[in-house]
Amino acid sequence: MAVCGIDVGSRTIKAVLLDAETKRILEFRKIETTYTPVDQCLKILDGLSAKQTVATGYGRKLLQDRMGSESVTEILAHALGAGHLFPECRSVLDIGGQDTKAISLDSLGRVAKFEMNDRCAAGTGKFLEFMATTFQVPIEKFGDFALEGQPGLSINSMCTVFAESEATSLMARGHKPQDIALALHQSVVKRSLSMLRRVSVNGPLVFSGGVALNRCVRELIERETKSRLLVAPQPDMLGALGAALYAAQ
Amino acid sequence: MTTEYEQMWKGLGLDLAAHDELLQVLGKGYQDIFLSQSDRPKGMDYFNFVMSEVHGLRVKELLDGKREGHKVVGSFCVFVPEEIVRAADATMVGLCTGAEFATEEVEKVLPRNTCALIKSAFGFKLGKVCPYIESADMIVGENTCDGKKKSYEVLDTLVPNLYVMDLPQKKSNEGRALLRAEYQKFKKAVEELTGVTIDAPRLKKGIEIVNNKRKAIQRLSELRKADPAPISGLDALLINQVFFYDDPIRFTDSVNKICDELEERVREGKGVFPKGRPRMLVSGCPMAVPNWKLPWIIETSGAVIVGEESCVGERGTRNQTDVSGSTLDELMEAIVDRYFKIDCAIFTPNPDRLEHIRQMSRDYRADGVIHYGLQFCQPYQIESLPVERSLEKSGIPTLRVDTDYSMEDVEQIKTRVEAFLERIGIPACSVCRCS
Ligand code: SF4
Ligand code: SF4
Repeated sequence: MAVCGIDVGSRTIKAVLLDAETKRILEFRKIETTYTPVDQCLKILDGLSAKQTVATGYGRKLLQDRMGSESVTEILAHALGAGHLFPECRSVLDIGGQDTKAISLDSLGRVAKFEMNDRCAAGTGKFLEFMATTFQVPIEKFGDFALEGQPGLSINSMCTVFAESEATSLMARGHKPQDIALALHQSVVKRSLSMLRRVSVNGPLVFSGGVALNRCVRELIERETKSRLLVAPQPDMLGALGAALYAAQ
Repeated sequence: MTTEYEQMWKGLGLDLAAHDELLQVLGKGYQDIFLSQSDRPKGMDYFNFVMSEVHGLRVKELLDGKREGHKVVGSFCVFVPEEIVRAADATMVGLCTGAEFATEEVEKVLPRNTCALIKSAFGFKLGKVCPYIESADMIVGENTCDGKKKSYEVLDTLVPNLYVMDLPQKKSNEGRALLRAEYQKFKKAVEELTGVTIDAPRLKKGIEIVNNKRKAIQRLSELRKADPAPISGLDALLINQVFFYDDPIRFTDSVNKICDELEERVREGKGVFPKGRPRMLVSGCPMAVPNWKLPWIIETSGAVIVGEESCVGERGTRNQTDVSGSTLDELMEAIVDRYFKIDCAIFTPNPDRLEHIRQMSRDYRADGVIHYGLQFCQPYQIESLPVERSLEKSGIPTLRVDTDYSMEDVEQIKTRVEAFLERIGIPACSVCRCS
């Protein structure tokens, strides 16, 4: 029997079809959220036959209202997803389109403590995307671009608007765009790690969310935490996977 | 009827158009948040009525009272001793600090990063929408946090009748002596305002009135210890909020009446939510009317609030004033003793508050504590970190929520509260899938 988890995020919607018994992932789908998320949800679910669907992500309630599907928060979904793929993990850092979450897990894999950023998008995927646009680098390449840079600069402001003006003035002073991009990545990492420290990191860390696709952010986190990150082949799938696991229970 | 009130509001100098707007928002909020709850106790009818008349009948009563010589004293903090005000036949009211209003005007006189509570007080004044502040013969400010202390300097330029009381910051002998001296001074100021000389019998009576009011609230709190809870946290909060506005004797009666009904419910094992619903303790900054955002989020996310460690709640009402003394001095000392126990975060250090949160979470069988801090409130926000750490260490799950009065972060808070409830409610086996 198959079950389905759907993660309705601010940028993308992800769906995982899971075999309820073997917990094998049968299918993973991803689609843009756009301004008509409900339609997009229906589109992504089209043709997936599941005996139960559980929604997560910031738009989870949309689906609940529309299809009566159960919902769980992103926090629980990520904890479940991470614990499934990496049973040894004890903490999760998820940087998505508009929020960042840090979760610590107890020895049974339960959520012990979590933090989320508040209303502003500082340090999230949105922030990097905005900056990539400023540098006219496609977002998928932004991490590699930053890795060409030399360390030494720093961006202190986390506010998207202020950080942009910091970046602009560094540019005006003749610094290389790659160096500035690196500094921007460092600032994202710094902020995320301070959130992670508030929930106390001990043990293996899973990095998930769309930003985990960014090589620069990954390398910087590994350097800072002096440990190897656990990253799923499709790191933005964890929430949907967790929701599917929840549905399987 | 409306027109009668309109005359009254105009007489107080309110901006009628803005005031209408406020009443509309308030009415709608009340409808959505309170009236939509199910299984509310019948006794809430009284409080519904009070809320529907909060700018109407109650203000008329105050103004009628003024004509008979009962002065009105407005306050912003539970450190202002109501006993002394009552002893002089005056009425004390809490001033509105629970909603955003006229923010642009406010930000002309106060920095943006001032806490929402202070901004709200200014918004109501500058927006000319609060009949209470306009009816007050004396507005009492107090030197608690820096935000209030400094903004009273600004408020002083906006109102003609501000009286500022100094307050200690430490629970030392010197601190107590300062509080004592300030209460003596305040007593004199109230006597001057009212023309009444406060003697022992008067003060005793004042103490009794206020003690009774607190006793009724304590009775209500006691009943909330039951599972299932006989009353929602929102309704209980509302009663705690009305505490600051209503006629004290009528209020006491009405609270006792609803408690009779709740006792019945508890006896029958009847609750407002099903038994076993996760029980939350809310702790932190005060929630003044109509600040219902966080409790509303919590109770629509599947939990019930069973207590408030707050000035609009148990921090404000748990202690009584000893009324056994017979001389004025003894009674004044008893008042000082009573208020000196308030464990507000403006005190340093403030270990009693942590102890109280622990005690409350035990007594009310709370499954978790949600710490509510207003953005830019240094005392409570700074205190929240060690409080959280210490509670978590002793196995009490704690969630810190820092927010303000705007609605833009509702979804985010909802997610955090839901995740917190998931964290508390998930049995081990559903995660490790051993079953
Ligand atoms: S929190 Fe402190 S300053 Fe605020 S009302 Fe309570 S005692 Fe007064
Ligand atoms: S909430 Fe905090 S900052 Fe605001 S008035 Fe009260 S103590 Fe001061």
